[in-house]
Amino acid sequence: MSIQGFKSHPYIPNSVLEVQQEMLKEIGLNSLEELHAEVPEEIKLKENMNFPKPFKSEYALKRHVEGLLKKNKTCNDNISFLGAGCWQHYVPAICDEINSRGEFLTAYGGEPYNDFGRFQSLFEYQSLVAELVDMDVVNVPTMDGAQAAATAIRMAGRITGRNEILVPKAMDEEKHLIIKNYCEPDLTLIKVDYDMKTGQLDLEDLKKKISEKTAAVFFENPSFLGFIEEHGQEISDIAHDVGALSVVGVDPSSLGVLTPPSGYGADIISGDLQPLGMHMNYGGGQSGFMATRDEEKFVMEFPSRLFGIAPTSAEGEYGFGDVAYDRTSFGHHRHEGKEYVGTQTALWGITAGVYLATMGPAGMFELGQTIMQKSQYAIKRLNEIKGVKGSLFDAVNFKEFIVNFDGTKKTVKEINRMLRERNIFGGKDLTKDFPELGESALYCVTEVHMKEDIDKLIVAIEECVKA
Amino acid sequence: MKRINRNYKVRNFHQAKWDEPIIFELSKKGERGVLVPQAEEKIVALVGDGVSKIPQGMFRKELPKLPEISQPRVLRHYMRLSQMTLGADVNVEIGQGTCTVKYSPKVNEQLGKMPEMTEVHPLQHESTVQGILEIMYKTELCMREISGMDRFTFQPGGGSQAIMTMAAVVRAYHKANGNADKKDEIITTIYSHPSDAAAPALMGYKIIYIHPDENGYPDFEAFKEAVSERTAAFIVANPEDTGVYNKRVQEFTRMVHEKGGLCCYDQANANGLLGVTRAREAGFDMCHFNLHKTFSTPHGCGGPATGAMGVTKQLEKFMPAPLIDFDGEKYFLNEDITNNPYTIGKVRAFNGVAPVVMKTYAWIMNLGAEGLYEAAKIAVLNNNYLFKKLMALDCVDAPYIKGKQRIEQVRYTLEKLTEDTGIKTEDIQRRMMDFGMHYWCSHHPYYVPEPMTLEPTETPSKEDLDEYIATLEHIFKEAYETPEKFKNAPYCSSCHRVDESGMDDPNEWAISWRSYLKKSIAE
Repeated sequence: MSIQGFKSHPYIPNSVLEVQQEMLKEIGLNSLEELHAEVPEEIKLKENMNFPKPFKSEYALKRHVEGLLKKNKTCNDNISFLGAGCWQHYVPAICDEINSRGEFLTAYGGEPYNDFGRFQSLFEYQSLVAELVDMDVVNVPTMDGAQAAATAIRMAGRITGRNEILVPKAMDEEKHLIIKNYCEPDLTLIKVDYDMKTGQLDLEDLKKKISEKTAAVFFENPSFLGFIEEHGQEISDIAHDVGALSVVGVDPSSLGVLTPPSGYGADIISGDLQPLGMHMNYGGGQSGFMATRDEEKFVMEFPSRLFGIAPTSAEGEYGFGDVAYDRTSFGHHRHEGKEYVGTQTALWGITAGVYLATMGPAGMFELGQTIMQKSQYAIKRLNEIKGVKGSLFDAVNFKEFIVNFDGTKKTVKEINRMLRERNIFGGKDLTKDFPELGESALYCVTEVHMKEDIDKLIVAIEECVKA
Repeated sequence: MKRINRNYKVRNFHQAKWDEPIIFELSKKGERGVLVPQAEEKIVALVGDGVSKIPQGMFRKELPKLPEISQPRVLRHYMRLSQMTLGADVNVEIGQGTCTVKYSPKVNEQLGKMPEMTEVHPLQHESTVQGILEIMYKTELCMREISGMDRFTFQPGGGSQAIMTMAAVVRAYHKANGNADKKDEIITTIYSHPSDAAAPALMGYKIIYIHPDENGYPDFEAFKEAVSERTAAFIVANPEDTGVYNKRVQEFTRMVHEKGGLCCYDQANANGLLGVTRAREAGFDMCHFNLHKTFSTPHGCGGPATGAMGVTKQLEKFMPAPLIDFDGEKYFLNEDITNNPYTIGKVRAFNGVAPVVMKTYAWIMNLGAEGLYEAAKIAVLNNNYLFKKLMALDCVDAPYIKGKQRIEQVRYTLEKLTEDTGIKTEDIQRRMMDFGMHYWCSHHPYYVPEPMTLEPTETPSKEDLDEYIATLEHIFKEAYETPEKFKNAPYCSSCHRVDESGMDDPNEWAISWRSYLKKSIAE
């Protein structure tokens, strides 16, 4: 059988037969089959690929995909306490409106002349995040927070010329794996222990492991396990004392109330933009950022694009362009560029800009405050349940906290199953990655959780524990 | 009223120009854009203000200096910026070669906005995400069929991350075979994407470039010399960014295999080959597809995207984890990869960009095998039609395989035009905007002098192609007749020629508004 095409497809204007014939004639060919004369016969497919028949209407396609998606259960129809790197925040409608605009959605690699708005909005995104983290330089977004952390660490390696990185043991194992894959074979990651009582980075262990070989101390604030790291300045000082850099991962939703890491000695800040206006999208809303001071030695180590503001040939007009383009692998040096650059998550950067502009300083403060109040309420109420520890660590938390079920004789798995039956998604099970914490789960409470939701959780856990 | 004559060849265009301030300039003390859900009174009664508990030194004493703007003004600002952006939904997007910018169906966007897509957390129990897992699993089956590979991951967040993932698999494979020290070189070509060199370099490899022979194929003799016991892998695009398809690709992959190396196919340029030929038959062990390109999920100003990465059976255990499987009843995240010692671990958070995979699935299901084949054929038809018409112009040429077909795109040269008129490819780029057209030159460095890289895909109609050609023709004519016109072009864009002289100067560059303010005051 010969391979068949699909005539007059709505997405393919020139699939109209008459047009095809006319165009083929123009190029001196008789049939579409002749178009791949450069591909050797022996590697050409002789039959159509084996796929289901295409849908005969847009409506039929929509019904089908909707039907599949409807099998998912959402965090709207259930109450979810999942976080651990992807968080349920309220997305102001204006964020959706802007990132749905066809111009932004379908633009790509234009110059400022084509894509002036893309350049300005990404420059503004950089500028808005710069205010949030109190640094002067922010990049066009990377893949996700883990990639941003990995690149920040790579930058530190290049700046110091050293090859050991100290990272917290209390970090997300997935993030650790991403960073490890990204940094091998040049950099070695060494884990620094944490205080079992407070979760805080073990400063004695840090001092023991830091040396002249250390390129950077990387830590997170708030940490993966939700607690606020109190010793930011001390950690940065310990790093600086041996000539290493302080690299801090941060949750941007905390920065209305928490001091940005630049306030306690961070040289490079990284984080995930997902909390700033992106839906969870089954993990597809992640997007990373990095920030540094405006110093040449830092700027020149960014691998990603940095949009800068510039004059144009017309007075009274701002233009935009790439700062130090030849740093990147898009420049003249390819593999000698810093790391590599390609399509990452620019649309989420624009969206994060819309979010920050919409929230403003008051909104970001209130966001942080309401998250702290609601999570503290949840912890308090959980502590009232016999056998449950609302927050395992004796520390102040932001947004996330460990709930320990050791006293209930039930496993996290059992509790989560019973909660699911009550339309509640319990926290991430930590037993695999943090066996030392017993039957513990990481719970996340944000501004979307109303008192009613938290109270339902309390009642449900009480029932599960008694069952 | 007289009926408008539509017989003109170039468009009378002017882009929106709003003279829109930088967002910080819109700030008005006290204004705000949205109200945040507050803690209820009973919560406040129990826990107080919440922030007093923040440890010493960690409470932010001064609020971030974000602008204060009411919601209608924020909206208007961004709507204006969107109007000053020339997306593929707006222009005849032929000018962005190597990026396969095609039509992104609106129905797929609608599906992507369903709460069953947006409001799903990646750590939800498998039983609650059967829909998206089924879509990802079935999309994987499609990818397998299109490429001939045995397993796919959707974790990489774009083509470059997929290339890095391939390089990481290469590293893990040779490590598992005890050859990691001996296999330290990766061969690529100059007309493959820059990331084909940059990403493996990051993974610790020495990069060897193969230059083209006189026909534009990767130089076979040079390749033979480059392949050795040290060769860890060969990473290549085919067709390369010139649009030239390497017919001897099987010989290349065979030679690498004979020395124990792996072959990785950068399929960023796969669009013209769908249903025509596959990675497996050409001898590759791995490949990737840019779902935002070939499978039409939109480019989003540069992401979010997905680099679907596939491998043959022998490399499955090195894949990033987890993979998605089906046991006959339910779809699940298979942890076998996570729990084996060979996996490279993870490359991107969770399971990648799920909505992009969903849109890919919808696109494929709406075309089927026949439609994919048709898309490839029409893309190549469009490209060769454009090629023929442009090569008929005196000032346009394209190096290599004269008189033969190109696949998905062509890298042309305007060297003659520059020699004759002094007008360079970047000048053409700026002037094209005056007619509402996007035009990209090439990746750097310019191995083809004064390059112009055009890739029509299957999206434009014959009329669209004719309009693009007519616009180029008009501009080339101008270059000969009124070259001075190019000095200050564009004239009808949102902005004029950018003075980039300060972009490499630390004293002048300004990567944020606050930095600009500091430096402009310092002036």
